[in-house]
Amino acid sequence: MKALNRFVLPLGGFALLVLLLAIGLRQAPDKGIIVSPLIGKPAPALRLPLLNEPAVMLDAAETFRGRWYLLNVWGTWCPECRYEHKALTEISQRYQIPVLGMDWKDDDAAAREWLQQLGNPYEQVVTDHEGRTAIAWGVYGAPETYLINPAGIIVHKKVGGLTLDIWQREFLPLMTRSGS
Amino acid sequence: MIPEIGHYALILALLLAVAQSAFGLLGPLSQRSRYLDAVPFAVAGQFVFTALAMGCLVTSFVQFDFSVRYVAENANSALPIFYRVAALWGAHEGSLLLWIFVLSLWTVAVTLRSRSLPPQFVARVLGVLGLLSVGFLLFTLATSNPFLRLDPAPPDGRDLNPVLQDFALAIHPPMLYTGYVGLSVAFAFACAAMIEGRLDQAWARWTRPWTTLAWAFLTAGIALGSWWAYYELGWGGFWFWDPVENASFMPWLVATALIHSLAVTDKRGLFKSWTLLLAISGFSLSLLGTFLVRSGVLVSVHSFAADPARGIFILAFLVIIIGGALTLYAWRAPLLRSDAGFELTSRESFLLFNNILLVIAAAVIFGGTLAPMVSDALHLGTLSVGPQYFNPTFLLPTLPLLALVSVGMHSGWKRGNLGRVRRPILGTLVLAVALALALCAGAYDFSVMLLPVGLALGLWIALAALVDPVDRLRRGLSLPAGIVGMSLAHIGLGVLTIGITVVQSVTVERDTALAQGAQTTLGSYSFRFDGTAPAEGANFSATEATVTVNQNGREVAVLKPQKRNYWVQQSAMTEAAISSSWNRDLFVAMGEDLGQGKWSLRLQVRPLIQFVWFGAIIMMVGGVVSGLDRRYKLPKTAPVAAAETATADAQGQAA
Repeated sequence: MKALNRFVLPLGGFALLVLLLAIGLRQAPDKGIIVSPLIGKPAPALRLPLLNEPAVMLDAAETFRGRWYLLNVWGTWCPECRYEHKALTEISQRYQIPVLGMDWKDDDAAAREWLQQLGNPYEQVVTDHEGRTAIAWGVYGAPETYLINPAGIIVHKKVGGLTLDIWQREFLPLMTRSGS
Repeated sequence: MIPEIGHYALILALLLAVAQSAFGLLGPLSQRSRYLDAVPFAVAGQFVFTALAMGCLVTSFVQFDFSVRYVAENANSALPIFYRVAALWGAHEGSLLLWIFVLSLWTVAVTLRSRSLPPQFVARVLGVLGLLSVGFLLFTLATSNPFLRLDPAPPDGRDLNPVLQDFALAIHPPMLYTGYVGLSVAFAFACAAMIEGRLDQAWARWTRPWTTLAWAFLTAGIALGSWWAYYELGWGGFWFWDPVENASFMPWLVATALIHSLAVTDKRGLFKSWTLLLAISGFSLSLLGTFLVRSGVLVSVHSFAADPARGIFILAFLVIIIGGALTLYAWRAPLLRSDAGFELTSRESFLLFNNILLVIAAAVIFGGTLAPMVSDALHLGTLSVGPQYFNPTFLLPTLPLLALVSVGMHSGWKRGNLGRVRRPILGTLVLAVALALALCAGAYDFSVMLLPVGLALGLWIALAALVDPVDRLRRGLSLPAGIVGMSLAHIGLGVLTIGITVVQSVTVERDTALAQGAQTTLGSYSFRFDGTAPAEGANFSATEATVTVNQNGREVAVLKPQKRNYWVQQSAMTEAAISSSWNRDLFVAMGEDLGQGKWSLRLQVRPLIQFVWFGAIIMMVGGVVSGLDRRYKLPKTAPVAAAETATADAQGQAA
């Protein structure tokens, strides 16, 4: 009997692990589709040149300290960004949320032209030519939008185009819940 | 049309996998052999349809069929064809398909190479593999179908981060998966042996080449990932104890332990139940690892339910497969008795230490990787476990492990006796220690205690691994592939140890301001800033610095980092210069222009970084050589008869 116990041990350990995974699973549903391991963590450093003044570096943490803001990753080569642009403009105007645009792996001239034609929903636009900053933020493809709280913590991330509906459903409650 | 064919092929593959596991697991219960005969046909059919599904998805990628959601999400029209094919395993759905395909390849290989084994046993092995296949196919079809369409189809797909478009990164997942899935063969052999009650040494011997090959692929996969992180990401390191890395490293450690314990079980009939447990855990960990990584489970606790349906499916699958195997184990393992003894200094006990230490190392990583999850599940707050935990705790079991390798691989079975190689082994130890001290005194220093220790251990392992082959050659004996492979793998371990030790202890970095003609010393290298000159590229103008690196008065490299100004974008970019040679990487990047010809520069010397990859490559080659050893090729008839009697004994009835 004693010998048997020893061989049941691995099974017991595994049962514990399953229990742990099950707890993790049960806690998860309200979080919905996962988007980023960075959620709930401090935003990675973002120090990039401005689109309109490449000699000037913008530090996101400094510029947006104490404010809610959105980081929107886009590029003129990205068709979905064009659809998203309208919604982004409306959101930024109607809800007065500052948007930081990260023009990703793009041609600066084309980007300026795009903003002139379609309007500029961004408070600031920075360029990430090498894509290193995008890697640090875990950007997988454009467009992607991050919501960062006044403490500099990433609160939410949307992969793919943002719409007014998604904004109201996913983003807005997060901001009001935290009493901003 | 093509995606629908692929979808349909997956469904057919699922049906055949069901047939394969049913005939394989239930067939042996019947007296009729035609149930068993059906199994290889199911295997072949499943392979054909999985390959067809792969082909369909590849075609969709190659043809830019953005109406397929998976294609639209992972490729775009600017992506070169090589990366469009590689995009197949760029995300969750395609990875699963690749996993299924690789499993099917291994199953076909097992079917072809096991024709001389007892048919009932082979059927059970294939049955278990079929069961795994059923699980993965169901998972894919139910929750992660890569063939789903988008309506309306987007005009173009999403662009991917170009840093991810890299050759090493493109072939890294297939290598890793081949390794992961290869461990399923050992798992299936162990399960089949437990189901049958044939728990003698035979199954261990049959399993050895498969495990060694899977281990070699795993080694290559992990090394490729690490190489990519170092060169392409430029993070300045090769290992970050990232959960994703850990998920691949744990099965590797357990597989390493398994290779060694299989040897003991095969040769001496010892550690039988332990070997079974390792065979189960090796694959279980890789199963856990793939799921955790691909569904993002381990990256963050919150990501566990990437999609609640997926999470529940994963959990159910893990419970059935791993729980099933462990239940079998709890039932069968008590029947095992080892009656052979061995002395403390025999090879058996060295391999026992090897196993204990490797498992401790894996457990340490397991704990560190899952700790954030436990803390979150118990609402203890967010916990982050980093290198501060992993580096020291991993060293604890690893140092004694490395210290025991050289003697262990030469001590005799049963009785601890080094025999004829005793003097050469001691000789290599003396030589290694002398070399390590000389290196520290000459090239490096003694400021980090681990440096001389790691160097001596690495050198000793590499040198001692040569003793046996040299001894055999001198005596005019043949050199079987198994011995060559083992020696190579251990030499690789030695080289890897040297590389990691030196990179970790001797890498030096400095940010410094230099005027033209001024120089600074970094380790044994002196960097002289020879000034800047304008340079021009196709679409940029640049300031190019010339930094001449001297070592002992001899010029070893001229590095030309640039600060570029792109005309169109009007933006500045820094282009670092790296000079790689077999024994070090030199790195220079330009900082700011401080006026009057003075610049700030970032300088780095990373010695022996190449040894990390060399070591891994040698280990992998050793694994392949050893796995293909002819001694594992079974003669047509003899062992079958022997094995048959063994079964009869185990089951206590006439075969």
